[in-house]
Amino acid sequence: MFDFITEEHRMIQEAAREFAQKSIAPIAAEHDETGKFPLETVRQMGELGFMGIEVPEEYGGVGMDTLAYVLALEEICKVDASHGTIMSVNNSLFCHGLLKFGTEEQKQKYLVPVASGKAIGAYSLTEPMSGSDAGTMKSRAVLNEAGTHYIINGRKSWVTSAPYADYIVLFTMTQPEKKHHGVTAFIIETDKPGFSRGKTEPKLGIRASATSEIIFDNYECPVENRLGEEGQGFKIAMTVLDAGRIGIAAQALGIAEAALEASIKYAQEREAFGKKIGQFQMIQQKLADMKCRVEASRLLIYQAALAKMESAKTGRRYSLEASMAKLFASETANYCAKEAIQIHGGMGYSKEMPLERYYRDAKITEIYEGTSEIQRMVIARQLTGLR
Amino acid sequence: MKVVVCTKQTPSTTAVFTVDANGHVSWDDPGGKPNIVNPWDEYAIEEAIRLKENHGATDAIALTVGSEESKDALKTCLAMGCTEAILVSDSAFDGSDTVGTARVLAAAINKIGDVQIAVFGNRAIDGDTGLTPVQVARKLGWTPLTYVSAIKEISNGQITVERLLDDGKETVTAPLPVVISVVKEINEPRYPSFMGIRKANRATIPVWTAADLEVDGATGAEAAKVNWGHVYAPPPREGSVEIIEGETIEEKVRKLVDKLFEEKVI
Repeated sequence: MFDFITEEHRMIQEAAREFAQKSIAPIAAEHDETGKFPLETVRQMGELGFMGIEVPEEYGGVGMDTLAYVLALEEICKVDASHGTIMSVNNSLFCHGLLKFGTEEQKQKYLVPVASGKAIGAYSLTEPMSGSDAGTMKSRAVLNEAGTHYIINGRKSWVTSAPYADYIVLFTMTQPEKKHHGVTAFIIETDKPGFSRGKTEPKLGIRASATSEIIFDNYECPVENRLGEEGQGFKIAMTVLDAGRIGIAAQALGIAEAALEASIKYAQEREAFGKKIGQFQMIQQKLADMKCRVEASRLLIYQAALAKMESAKTGRRYSLEASMAKLFASETANYCAKEAIQIHGGMGYSKEMPLERYYRDAKITEIYEGTSEIQRMVIARQLTGLR
Repeated sequence: MKVVVCTKQTPSTTAVFTVDANGHVSWDDPGGKPNIVNPWDEYAIEEAIRLKENHGATDAIALTVGSEESKDALKTCLAMGCTEAILVSDSAFDGSDTVGTARVLAAAINKIGDVQIAVFGNRAIDGDTGLTPVQVARKLGWTPLTYVSAIKEISNGQITVERLLDDGKETVTAPLPVVISVVKEINEPRYPSFMGIRKANRATIPVWTAADLEVDGATGAEAAKVNWGHVYAPPPREGSVEIIEGETIEEKVRKLVDKLFEEKVI
């Protein structure tokens, strides 16, 4: 049906499915329970090429397109959204930014190890008191007198993969009076003095993906580690988020599909009042609505992925397509996870089944990389041209 | 030293089969693809790649006899790390039994040339005979080493392997060339990497026909000694559930044991 999905895409999808089912499925529940970061499987994913799917081969990646990325990410998230989060941050938020805005030297030094899975990348925009309103961020980077280093101070919060990241793309303020036009991006090496991590956040869902605060105390960042120009940071952050949102949409789709598949199977097997519960209209309605939303999400994700691929040639922004995919798929994941628990009844509420994990994991997709409210704002602004 | 891994595309382990009134068998897998690399062969493919990585083999060549669709299985071999893949496909081979297939494989191995080790999975999950490796060895005049669970050493024109048998392990040494069939204890097959998948899709898989090979002996359905007289789906088993009642556990167990004796289960 979808001619743009090639034999190679299918093979990537199948390889991702096989890896997820054989290597991630057996450990997903345990890592969710303990909140332990799955270093071993993340390392394996790096070796297999999961961590730099769209990065060209000369920079350590696989050199495939956005469709390959979303197909692989969806398969991982059908089994475990935590692994998907780690994969998504590495691919979309770190590699994509470096690839698009990095210098050749930066790409060789930082993109190659992260895309090839030898190092872990992260992305840091949010602060304790600022999220999508990046213009109010409190952290500061000040160029030293010699003009060789930026001295960075401040706290950033909710940095996914930060506890294990080797490199972080950081957004901080160099010219506070310019609000979001005063934000600049830097590449941070986490083993340097002046960088430290706060405690790993206990979370509702995606518990195996480690998230923490990061703290800068007179961290000296060499000028050559500035990503893009001074004041270009917000644009970089938003450009990178456009790509990231397609990834989160694929993650949400994976969760939704897992919830739907489990529900179909249960509706076919479970009996009540002498019938399979799938024979009752109220269950049928739930399944039908879940299926329609899953397939609509898939189409929006394909549309966004194709728009991003087209953008590489034309330069046209794909914020609208990315936000629509992210908004709809994340709400679909939450809808499907909720209804899947309802269909399963007590079994859905039990930790013996993965349904309650899907429910907890789904919630973050409506929050990170722009809440649903932000997505609606982005979409409406694109439609009206009004701000 | 070239290594050839002989692999087969089989129905997936979760495929759902249909047999029509004429005995025609078809299958599909609603949850995935209907055909896969024979799962036993994954261990053979892994071992062939390791022979290249660790034992100085120059090539790890995947070889399949089958239809054009079998190229999918060969692509998986390439994606895992095989250096080359060859499909042998000709309607003249259709319906061959294991002897016929062994004749074709032996001819293909001879055509490749300079092969020192031909690796097979222990058996294929469809035919489930486990005969082909030994028959290929017989045809080539090479030593067959079956149930191999470890390759210990390759040196001075000899190979030493460990065989996993019902009553223990045995270590044997044989002169090269050999045919080995491996059991799943031999290794942990790797996943196809994304870079491997890209390379596999760029690769050209040559197709050899009967005209390309000097097959010694007859092949195809006519020559097959095995005759598929009647193919049908076995009727579903009928059964019933009986709950053993009793005042105490001991009483229930006694009743259960009596029943099992009665039914000659124990």
